[in-house]
Amino acid sequence: MQTNHPYKTSRGMSDYQLKMAFIMPTMTLLILMNIFPLLWSLYLSFHRYKASMPAAPRFIGVRNYARLLQDPEIWGYFQTTAYFVFLAVAAQFFIGFGLALLLNREFRYKGFITTLLLLPMMLSPVVVGLFWRFILFSDNSGLLNFFLSPVLKSPIGWTTNPKVAMLAVVIVDTWMWSPFMMLIALAGLSAVPKYLYEAADVDRASAWFKFRWITLPLVSPLLLIALLFRTMDAFKMFDIVYVLTREGGPGTATETVSMNLYKLAFRNYNTGKACAMAYILLIIIVALSNIYVKYLNRVKGEA
Amino acid sequence: MKSVRISLVLALILAFAFVSATKADNHQSLTIVWAEWDPANYLQELSKDFTAETGIAVDVIQIPWPNFQDKVFTAFVGKSDLYDIVIGDSQWLGRNSQGENYINLTDWINENIDVDAIYGPAMTAFAEYPKGSGTYWALPAEVDAAGYVYRKDLFEDPKEMAAFEKKYGYALAPPKTYDQLRDIAEFFTRPDDDLYGIATWYSKEYDGITMGFQQVMWSFGGTYGDADTYKVAGHLNSEDAAKALEFYTDLLQFAPPDAPNYYWAETLNAYNSGKVAMAMNYFAFFPGVLNPEVNKISHDKSGFFIAPAGPKGHYISIGGQGMSISSFSKNKDIAKQYMKWFMQKPVQEKWAALGGFTPHKEVLQSDTFKMASPFNKAFAESFPYLRDFWAVPEYAELLAACQTHWNAAISKIKTPQEALDAIAREHEEIFEDAGYYDE
Repeated sequence: MQTNHPYKTSRGMSDYQLKMAFIMPTMTLLILMNIFPLLWSLYLSFHRYKASMPAAPRFIGVRNYARLLQDPEIWGYFQTTAYFVFLAVAAQFFIGFGLALLLNREFRYKGFITTLLLLPMMLSPVVVGLFWRFILFSDNSGLLNFFLSPVLKSPIGWTTNPKVAMLAVVIVDTWMWSPFMMLIALAGLSAVPKYLYEAADVDRASAWFKFRWITLPLVSPLLLIALLFRTMDAFKMFDIVYVLTREGGPGTATETVSMNLYKLAFRNYNTGKACAMAYILLIIIVALSNIYVKYLNRVKGEA
Repeated sequence: MKSVRISLVLALILAFAFVSATKADNHQSLTIVWAEWDPANYLQELSKDFTAETGIAVDVIQIPWPNFQDKVFTAFVGKSDLYDIVIGDSQWLGRNSQGENYINLTDWINENIDVDAIYGPAMTAFAEYPKGSGTYWALPAEVDAAGYVYRKDLFEDPKEMAAFEKKYGYALAPPKTYDQLRDIAEFFTRPDDDLYGIATWYSKEYDGITMGFQQVMWSFGGTYGDADTYKVAGHLNSEDAAKALEFYTDLLQFAPPDAPNYYWAETLNAYNSGKVAMAMNYFAFFPGVLNPEVNKISHDKSGFFIAPAGPKGHYISIGGQGMSISSFSKNKDIAKQYMKWFMQKPVQEKWAALGGFTPHKEVLQSDTFKMASPFNKAFAESFPYLRDFWAVPEYAELLAACQTHWNAAISKIKTPQEALDAIAREHEEIFEDAGYYDE
């Protein structure tokens, strides 16, 4: 039956019903795919449970968390991850921002060169890992060692020497993700109003002055967002390590927390313990992100 | 008009369903999953006879070794009916039987299979869990052992023989002990000529370093633990085990620079490219060294020997797999029909002739089998010395600990004793969590 109610459509749905009709599919998906797994994994983290065995979850309190936090090996994986995050994100920041500064001017083939620089970011991390593993980092036949052979006494064990393996992972991740940093920085740089530089030129300001007091403050918020994304992503480093250094080798030299988490969850099927570890990781990432966001808000306020 | 359209659509759907059902009935098929290696190709070839006899198509899916376990176990967790028959490692038995991923074949085997015709230790290793219980979850498909290939052109070169005897005081020949193995590896290590003494498994992938090292550890007097009490401390981190790990780490200096990553493929490549004088691998991989297209240097100059003895015993890592039926298969009867067909003597003879390592006692002990390839004799000699890793449901966790810490030891991140202590601690934690120490 059709009515003349002002908040009803011609087919008889109220505004509220219409809103719900649009929101419900998304809400249902969100609850099924995100909220439920999140709560279920929290529940499992307090249980002894293996997804590969028929036995039901058995409540063991905080034992999974206690075991993990008391395990010296786990702290070693956290240290390795922190070391990787620091080196990789710092390298990506400086290289990406440097490239953006170079590209933030008009020159021939700019578009083509920018596209070329963005290519690594568009590849699958597994392909990137295999590519570097077989072509460049192969200890005996790799191109990198071939090019370095005139200056080296013996080939570098990129993936076999524990002192070098982390550097190899950082190089590959930097090669892949510096373009992301570059892209965000470039967007920030192109948004800086030209008249500010013109005014600075009138005042005969130096290049350093313009960079320090015009470019950097205006680009900082975007750079911080890029840093936030890269830090969160680097903290979850798994794929490149899995492929390039064969599950975090040599030994534990490149075994990140996510690599270890994968083994716990999908090799050992120690589901309860893996859930506990995933929550520890989640808390650390949320804490780190909060620090960034607070700093970002401060910078935005200043800008 | 509307009802005509609806009727037409329904008729089309019914016709399609009928055609699909008929098609499915007429084309029965069986899916077998195995690791990616030559025996899987032989099995695909052998299965053509089964298809000719029964009209049932057989598809052998091959998964690369490093991902083999992960992919199959993930399918089990998802209760997938993707695989009908799983040809899995001996260590998988405990986990997949207790995890209800394999069906119990005890009654069926006792009624349909002549168990006495199967090589006894293979039946125990690949089919029975718990050991000695008479409960079967598989039939042995491929029996394998770790062994060595060596360059006969180097070992039998008069100049090399004289130089070796002068340096070490005994004749150059395939080593019988690990001390001799070390001497020979040292002798042939000439980095300036891009030649090294040995290639063996050091990789962190799947079971790489564990399968390579455990036979050394056993032969030096170390063990994984007490099989009755599941106590590990004092066994796995004993002085003997530490000496064995020191020995295995020391051996790395006579291997190519990228040897810490060596698994089966890298070891074969190192041998086939003429980079090493000796290489350890499972016998089932050795057809690769006899193939002139792959091994241009020594395909016709290769000899084979069994893994050497240590100061406190002689043990060799068992390889090979058993054939089990997935609990989630929709073709269990066809799978049983296939397994019964596979275990027949004429089929086993053909399996051996194709290159498969048959578990059939009579075929295995026949001269025809021993002469079928240059390495079959050494393979048969290895049998009395075979030993296995833990086959308990927690084996994957136990294996992961070994892989990580042994690889850390050969990479000099940990000392041998530190690595063994770490493994012993983790193994006891795993056993404790699983309730092995409960009264």
